[in-house]
Amino acid sequence: MGKVKKLGAKTRYNIITYTVVVLAYIVMQLLSTGDMLTSSIEGMLVPICVYIVMAVSLNLTVGVLGELSLGHAGFMSVGAFSGVTVAVILENAVASEPLRLAIAMVAGAVFAAIAGFLIGIPVLRLNGDYLAIVTLAFGEIIKSIFNNLYVGLDSNGLHFSLLSDNTNLAEGGELIIGGPMGIGGIDRISTFTAGFVLIIITLIIVLNMMNSRTGRAVMAIRDNRIAAESIGIQVTKYKMIAFVTSAALAGASGALFAMNYSTIAANKFDFNTSILVLVFVVLGGLGNVLGSVIAAAALTVLPEALRGFDDYRMLTYAIVLILVMLATNSSTVRGFIDRLRFKKTGKES
Amino acid sequence: MSFLNFLISGISLGSIYAIIALGYTMVYGIAKMLNFAHGDVIMVGAYICFYAVFSFELPPIVGILMAIAVCTVLGIVIEKLAYKPLRSAPSLAVLITAIGVSYFLQNAAQLLWTSSPKVFPRFFNFGGQASVSFFGGQLSVSWTTIITIITCIIIMLALTWFTGKTKRGKAMRACSEDKGAAQLMGINVDATISMTFAIGSGLAAIAGVLLCSAYPTLVPTTGSMPGIKAFTAAVFGGIGSIPGALLGGLLLGIIEIMAKAYISTQLSDAIVFAVLIIVLLVKPAGLLGKRVNEKV
Amino acid sequence: MKKKIIAMLLCVAMLLCVTACGGESSSSDDASDSSSSTEDSGTSSGEGGDTAAAFKIGGTGPLTGSTSIYGIAAQNGAQIAVDEINALGGIQFELRYEDDTNDPEKAVNAYNAVKDWGMQISLGSVTSKPGEATSILNYEDRIFALTPSASSVATVEGKDNVFQMCFTDPNQGMASAQYIAEQDMATKIAIIWKNDDVYSKGIHDTFVEEANERGLEIVSDTTFADGNATDFSVQLADAQSNGADLIFLPMYYEPASLILTQANAMGYTPKFFGVDGMDGILTMPGFDASLAEGVMLLTPFNADADDEKTQAFVEKYEELYGETPNQFAADAYDCIYAIYQALEAAECTPDMSNEELCDALIEQFTTMTFEGLTGDGEGITWDEDGLVSKNPKGMVIEDGVYVGLD
Repeated sequence: MGKVKKLGAKTRYNIITYTVVVLAYIVMQLLSTGDMLTSSIEGMLVPICVYIVMAVSLNLTVGVLGELSLGHAGFMSVGAFSGVTVAVILENAVASEPLRLAIAMVAGAVFAAIAGFLIGIPVLRLNGDYLAIVTLAFGEIIKSIFNNLYVGLDSNGLHFSLLSDNTNLAEGGELIIGGPMGIGGIDRISTFTAGFVLIIITLIIVLNMMNSRTGRAVMAIRDNRIAAESIGIQVTKYKMIAFVTSAALAGASGALFAMNYSTIAANKFDFNTSILVLVFVVLGGLGNVLGSVIAAAALTVLPEALRGFDDYRMLTYAIVLILVMLATNSSTVRGFIDRLRFKKTGKES
Repeated sequence: MSFLNFLISGISLGSIYAIIALGYTMVYGIAKMLNFAHGDVIMVGAYICFYAVFSFELPPIVGILMAIAVCTVLGIVIEKLAYKPLRSAPSLAVLITAIGVSYFLQNAAQLLWTSSPKVFPRFFNFGGQASVSFFGGQLSVSWTTIITIITCIIIMLALTWFTGKTKRGKAMRACSEDKGAAQLMGINVDATISMTFAIGSGLAAIAGVLLCSAYPTLVPTTGSMPGIKAFTAAVFGGIGSIPGALLGGLLLGIIEIMAKAYISTQLSDAIVFAVLIIVLLVKPAGLLGKRVNEKV
Repeated sequence: MKKKIIAMLLCVAMLLCVTACGGESSSSDDASDSSSSTEDSGTSSGEGGDTAAAFKIGGTGPLTGSTSIYGIAAQNGAQIAVDEINALGGIQFELRYEDDTNDPEKAVNAYNAVKDWGMQISLGSVTSKPGEATSILNYEDRIFALTPSASSVATVEGKDNVFQMCFTDPNQGMASAQYIAEQDMATKIAIIWKNDDVYSKGIHDTFVEEANERGLEIVSDTTFADGNATDFSVQLADAQSNGADLIFLPMYYEPASLILTQANAMGYTPKFFGVDGMDGILTMPGFDASLAEGVMLLTPFNADADDEKTQAFVEKYEELYGETPNQFAADAYDCIYAIYQALEAAECTPDMSNEELCDALIEQFTTMTFEGLTGDGEGITWDEDGLVSKNPKGMVIEDGVYVGLD
């Protein structure tokens, strides 16, 4: 009986999560077609989708797998650069924009997954803060590499060079990635609908994974690695599955992000962006997918909503962040909420 | 001689990383939290010293003492307001709060002191010379470098003595081993943690003054990059270990300079982090860190 | 249960945010009047009567973060020009700057915020990367843009209604190389540049190209980045050991001041040659001007110039903001006056739509000649690509002040 009830709760939670996302999409889409949204909000729709996917995917590493990652923006970067490169290559071959975007996102996901796998081999041998610092290091290395990478396209195919522009493109060739200049003149083909589809795919992957054999194994590793190992769970394999999935989703969102702007540079995907996404995850609750979704959306909108504060905008943002963390985690406040709950349940019974 | 010159630059940069890393390591050791606001306390210290010396024309030593005093108080206040309520919360929540504090300090500094860069005055001139020459002028070492290295060694010795020999220092170590047991032994855990923050922040003020003496531009974000580097250094040497922070800081500084000098200036950051990764793969708890075996 | 409560709290927070956004835009008219500027609202409401008769000029720039000095300077410079023009009666302006933290993503948000406010004419973005992201929106929305300082080529390329007040990066690199070659200043040149910065990279590339063409020998080419912009001993040692007698510094003045200090500490005294970003080095509080003795730079503006216009501007700026204006402030000041001149010539009125204004301004800007604080007195003109044509001033620092190079 208990088991059935528990499953029911999980399913209910999943249904609520999907419903919230779908409803939000429908409302925003209706408002948008009715021209009732300000340009500000309209302009933020795609980045909100991107950050939601980033937060949910990082939650897989931090919340479900229980390993702190400080380099998540690195995977976003890999996805962004590879995705845009693929989109540029296919510019003439694939005429349909949504299809090109989809291919680019898949390519971004694949490359980020490869990067995630390569990084995962050394990283997942470590634990705790040492793992965190190594992910930070990889994030910085990825940034450094993209800052020095030149990729050009001409009739002979792709040309790569590192450190300086030695791509020697033939006549009519085009430099896609220009080192510190990043990529300019990107076709802005990202749409809110594409972002919504990516969120739904992400939710399906993450929620199903959490409720599958794999997810249970991953959570068992988080709760007690030695116990998990002793009952025959292959720790490295399951850690790797979670880590690579998380990287792939971040890569797809990176491609979506890049194609929402006409220009991107490697510096965007630095330590601060990784931290920003981590803030979403922690604020939304570790392992709480719906929480990540809401926190990512709220905290992306917040700095824009605070524009009325002028010079004090970012200061206010910092104070709000500290206060929210104190309010949700302080034992005093929690005790207060608990008391309220007791009162409520007391009344009900 | 150029190799020696690079080595000295590296040691000088590394000593500053080391002093910052000491602050990280002490706080981590006792509170088990990564205090990301540490780098910004450095910046505050440097600003206090700058204004004391530049605007109020106080002697440098008074400026340094004022910076230490202000940062110590700042450290205690931050700990009381932002971290103490979260003592029982998950460590990630404290980490995010620390990031919030870091944003707060940076933005407050920008509002208070504007973002236009200040040039830190040069304190360490002896006999009218900014540097001393060896080997008939082939090798010149600035006084700032010498003082940085000496300060770093003094601080490290003082801290080792403090944690090893004094009663309060022993209380500190006891708290970092097991807070519950320490409390049972009659140690005031809250006071000990506050004291750790005070010491860490005081060190940050010294680090700020030394950092800006060596590299004299001062802006509200001055502390953030050295902060991250020093955090890396602390982990490199084994976080929680005082000699480890010194070793990690020095090595990081030397590797950074050598990578620039002999490999590539463009990829030097990537090389520093690659070395870090390799070291952690060989010694997963850092160079001097203790490997704690998991209990089953 | 706890998680649910947190989730609910967040839900509420988000709702609040969204409503705050909506609320802000609906009430933005009165909010902006008071917030746009306290100094000018007095004059504009006093003489212009109602604010509807003012042109709304918007811009984005880094007002917080590590590059905020440039954004704030541009904002202040533009504000001074707006106040002066409003005080004349006639055409009235309203200015609003939004913070983009030097991030293209935030720049798009900031652009949308000023667009919602009702921006008719844009000052683009202050820095290059955000400039590239917002100029495409300027182009699509048909809002005329004149950016004070977003100097990358991609900002204006292919957009008929985006103009620059500053030189493009390649232009500066080429002019510097030409200048060095023509004046026969050096034979062996070292370059230190910032390899994660569009501005630095743009200048570096054309400088190298032009230098090679003119037979200048580049003996040392080293870089730094955000993460290691403190220690330059290696770069300087490389230049020194390769016998460079001139070091070219295509960067802003902040790292440049560190390079000068460290070169001095090493006892290495080559010639230093900077670009417009170097301007401002003398006004850094606490900077020992003797270190910059003999440093040469090409800059469109210098705060020590003795012409009346510059002096009046510098005085006013110092009085209002307590700092000496840099070229960003001067460029933004010129932008407002250039727009003013064009609007007057085209006889535009504030009730015209942004499309009409855009067409009128494009026509004016491609034909008019403008005289401002920047440039060397021969007037400033623009070509159809939006690129500016003005002569940089060659300056050398002697006894702590700029002296014109001939």
